[in-house]
Amino acid sequence: MKQPNRMLRRAFIKGMASSAGVMLAGCSQTDPPTYGHVLRMGDLLTYKAHRLLLPAQALAREYDYADISSVPAIGTTNPSGHKEHGATYERLLANRFTDWRLPVEGSVTRPRAFSLDELKRLPSRTQITRHTCEEGWSAIAQWTGVPLRSVLESAGIRSTARFVQFYAYDGWVDGIDMLDALHPQTILAYGMNGRELPISHGAPLRARVETQLGYKSTKFLRRIVVTDNFDDHGARGFIQNGWSWYAGI
Amino acid sequence: MSDLAAAQSPALSISSSRGHSRWVRICHWMAAASFLALALSGFFILMVHPRLYWGHVGNDLTPALMTLPISNNHRPDELQNRMVFTELPGARVTAERNFHIFNQNGWARSLHFLAAWIIVGTGAGYFLLGVFSGHVKRNLLPRGRELAPRSLLQDLRNHFPLRVRPAGVGPPYGRLQKLAYSSVMFAVLPLMVATGLTMSPAVTAAYPILLDVFGGYQTARTLHFFGFTMLVLFLIVHVAMVIATGFSRQLRGMTWGNER
Repeated sequence: MKQPNRMLRRAFIKGMASSAGVMLAGCSQTDPPTYGHVLRMGDLLTYKAHRLLLPAQALAREYDYADISSVPAIGTTNPSGHKEHGATYERLLANRFTDWRLPVEGSVTRPRAFSLDELKRLPSRTQITRHTCEEGWSAIAQWTGVPLRSVLESAGIRSTARFVQFYAYDGWVDGIDMLDALHPQTILAYGMNGRELPISHGAPLRARVETQLGYKSTKFLRRIVVTDNFDDHGARGFIQNGWSWYAGI
Repeated sequence: MSDLAAAQSPALSISSSRGHSRWVRICHWMAAASFLALALSGFFILMVHPRLYWGHVGNDLTPALMTLPISNNHRPDELQNRMVFTELPGARVTAERNFHIFNQNGWARSLHFLAAWIIVGTGAGYFLLGVFSGHVKRNLLPRGRELAPRSLLQDLRNHFPLRVRPAGVGPPYGRLQKLAYSSVMFAVLPLMVATGLTMSPAVTAAYPILLDVFGGYQTARTLHFFGFTMLVLFLIVHVAMVIATGFSRQLRGMTWGNER
């Protein structure tokens, strides 16, 4: 009775060890760095497992108009006070964002900047989805915007591009991989519940990444950069601040 | 003494005790360590938003099923600039939270998932070994007649008032013991995994059926908490029984086995 148990166990341990080896060997500039931190290794395992096991680009549930709920605004609710970009934001806000431009640059063939009107002229998408905050609460709202995919394609995505980085007026910097960036529900939203996006929810433009936790849906977009390699954004990024970069959980 | 009672006799358990197999011991301590990490990190995660809801939606602006007194993060009176922002009846509102809350989710959630991977891996290995070795069928699943109310009541009476005498280390297990172990391993822990996955935006996008099975993200979160309380209750009773039946002997038995 003992012998087969032992063999099964050995096979199990060997399997665990070799998959760990594959994981380590797989680390490159195209994966979130772990800096030897065991928690970040766990985050990387979750990210890799999701990308390996989950069908790509499955749509998050969309709800009915009557399901729309109250939505708290947290984090930055107005970037005017930000020491680096606050004054610029205040000036743009005073002009109702007519002077606001969104540069899309990096690993694209035709880097350019979009005005809010230009974005609104692109084919739009409206979706009623659940915002799942990492804190544990959730809310349902209707978002209207332009699919990130259309914006990236109009700037010409290079074949080497792997990530999309978001820079915001409140100093927030973050990124998503190309799989999420090209997801049909990943939009740059300028409308919420049929109205202009309120300031507290990220005016004039915010990302909606419906397959990840709320903190990946960067508000107050200032600039978009397409990159070939992973960018952890150094001391300002999530990873070096002790948070998981991937939040599909 | 009836046959049932004889089969339950602690003295008999000792004489026929086979001890814990090595793989059971390894799985036990891996699961125990992961469970402690999960329980601790889960508690910290819950402290960030100590409210539980039913359905798909729940936040500081909606009514809760219950608000747990474990942190001061829910302060609805301090939300600012409340405004109605839909044309819908029932006044859906938004409001700003401009105060800092306690939030240790950076390490807590990552630790929670790391430990979840370990306990799921351990559980899968345990399940395979348990089925193929016959451990599950022989020692864990209660036999039909053991589940009879009379039989369970008898076993319950044997536990009070502290009539438990030093029991054997390892199987055979008592009737309630089998019931407790199998319901934790084959009902509560799978429920924890399933409700945990239902809280994942990526997983529910791929498998929206999870949202339908549990009735929503917040319902799954609440059931995840109920499962947690059941597991903590199990842990308390489990440790109490270990103490009552000889703490150091049981600890040695689960660590080094019966061989020495």
